[in-house]
Amino acid sequence: MENIIEVRNLNLYYGDHQALKNINMDIKKNSITAFIGPSGCGKSTFLRTLNRMNDLIDSVRIEGSIKIDGKEIYDKNTDTISLRKKVGMVFQQPNPFPMSIYDNIAYGPRVHGIKDKKTLDKIVEDSLKQAAIYDEVKDVLKKSALGLSGGQQQRICIARALAVQPEILLMDEPTSALDPISTLKIEELMEQLKQKYTVVVVTHNMQQAARVSDDTAFFLVGDLVEFGSTKQMFSYPKDKRTEDYITGRFG
Amino acid sequence: MISHKERLAKGIVTGCASVAIFAICSITIYMILKGVPALFKVGPLELLFGTVWRPTGSNPSYGILYIILSSLLATLCSVGIGVPIGVMSAVFLTEIANKKLASIVSPAVELLAAIPSVIYGLLGMMILNPVLFKLEKWIFSGSSTHQFTGGANMLAAIIVLAIMILPTVINMSVSAIRAVPSSLKQASLALGATKMQTIFKAILPAAKSGIVAGIVLGIGRAIGEAMAINMVSGGSVNIPLPFNSVRFLTTQLVSEMSYSQGLHREVLFTVGLVLYIFIMIINFVLLKVKKKGELHA
Repeated sequence: MENIIEVRNLNLYYGDHQALKNINMDIKKNSITAFIGPSGCGKSTFLRTLNRMNDLIDSVRIEGSIKIDGKEIYDKNTDTISLRKKVGMVFQQPNPFPMSIYDNIAYGPRVHGIKDKKTLDKIVEDSLKQAAIYDEVKDVLKKSALGLSGGQQQRICIARALAVQPEILLMDEPTSALDPISTLKIEELMEQLKQKYTVVVVTHNMQQAARVSDDTAFFLVGDLVEFGSTKQMFSYPKDKRTEDYITGRFG
Repeated sequence: MISHKERLAKGIVTGCASVAIFAICSITIYMILKGVPALFKVGPLELLFGTVWRPTGSNPSYGILYIILSSLLATLCSVGIGVPIGVMSAVFLTEIANKKLASIVSPAVELLAAIPSVIYGLLGMMILNPVLFKLEKWIFSGSSTHQFTGGANMLAAIIVLAIMILPTVINMSVSAIRAVPSSLKQASLALGATKMQTIFKAILPAAKSGIVAGIVLGIGRAIGEAMAINMVSGGSVNIPLPFNSVRFLTTQLVSEMSYSQGLHREVLFTVGLVLYIFIMIINFVLLKVKKKGELHA
């Protein structure tokens, strides 16, 4: 399988504090890659370098190279708008806009200039179907998205991200605020999404990583300790620290 | 002993709270008792929809329509000017300005709110009226029908009011925008929206109820203002056109209460009652808006 993301010698600093240390990683197209590790290990920070959401923080400094589809995303000429269109994101807390379900999904296409009602209707329906929530909300599209349950809201957020037709979907602990049944639904959804998209997911939950991902990366205080196929890592971890973590000896 | 102290403390706080309730109730009753009789002595239609105000002649006439219209129109126009400027200023302060610049502009806005209205009136008289007088002379040069006001007119009142409501609108909008969770901003940016799209399509809609509350408060401030606009608006009862000298519900009371007597005085109370009703409506709307905002939060 071809690589869609190639990270080389990535270092990230918050002011004087180095949060990521010399990260190298290749992420395969149409796969699910999970980032695991204890709190503060840098996994979320690393995820946010992939769509340049760290740009919002003033004190961040980044060295090294990240190529997506062969294009350097930290190049001076990179357009963050089209980068973020290509690399969508789902956050830890469901964060729908305080507007109708329809307007939530149509938000992305609209800011990218789509005005035609029929086109928008189609995008909204397709996105909701892909996020496996269409049947639950198809009769209440004009109602506020805030009236939905947490799990439904999170799938609305996934649909919203899919509506701009990204290639890559970043998910930052997408189920940590959800109940087990909603979590299961999102995990099933991730399986389906990888047919069309490349999914990168940060998770606190090791069983989740083991269940859904093809590859797993284990981070520890800014280091990428181990990266490889999930099957292999969870049965024969190469590094002692990985073994300690996945067997629950710390973290 | 403790329970005795407790009861005393409870009594004191309850007593203090009831002062406010007592005040609002007695004001309302007093305004109704004093304002309603003249309404029927003059006739409701003649009073509220009459256009001639001649309270002291041998054949007095008490029409306050132009006064009501002046108040409503000045409020509407000043809000129309002040609100866009205020909301955009709030956007600048919260989303655009760096910390250093914001730390200069924010206190300036606070200061604007602290300036007594008589100072606004003074500046309006010294700066605005002469400018408007020049404009008036230029526009109406050769007109035989226009009554020159020396620049003290409706337009001056609108401009002064627009500036006076700015701090209210800005401060309310700033708190409303600050209260929008940063997760919404991130969601918008992560979808590839630009900073401006994020501000106008995600943040401002999410802050809507707080901003509307600010606008309603601004309306209340504008319609209740007396001193500043009394100084800049000329003060004769006229149809509210930009370059006419006009009188408002508030300035009507300021200018005539001291020498009025008899029915004239009673009608002035009716004017006060009309103003009071407007203010009550505005506060009622404000309560509704706030409640709606809470439901969505």
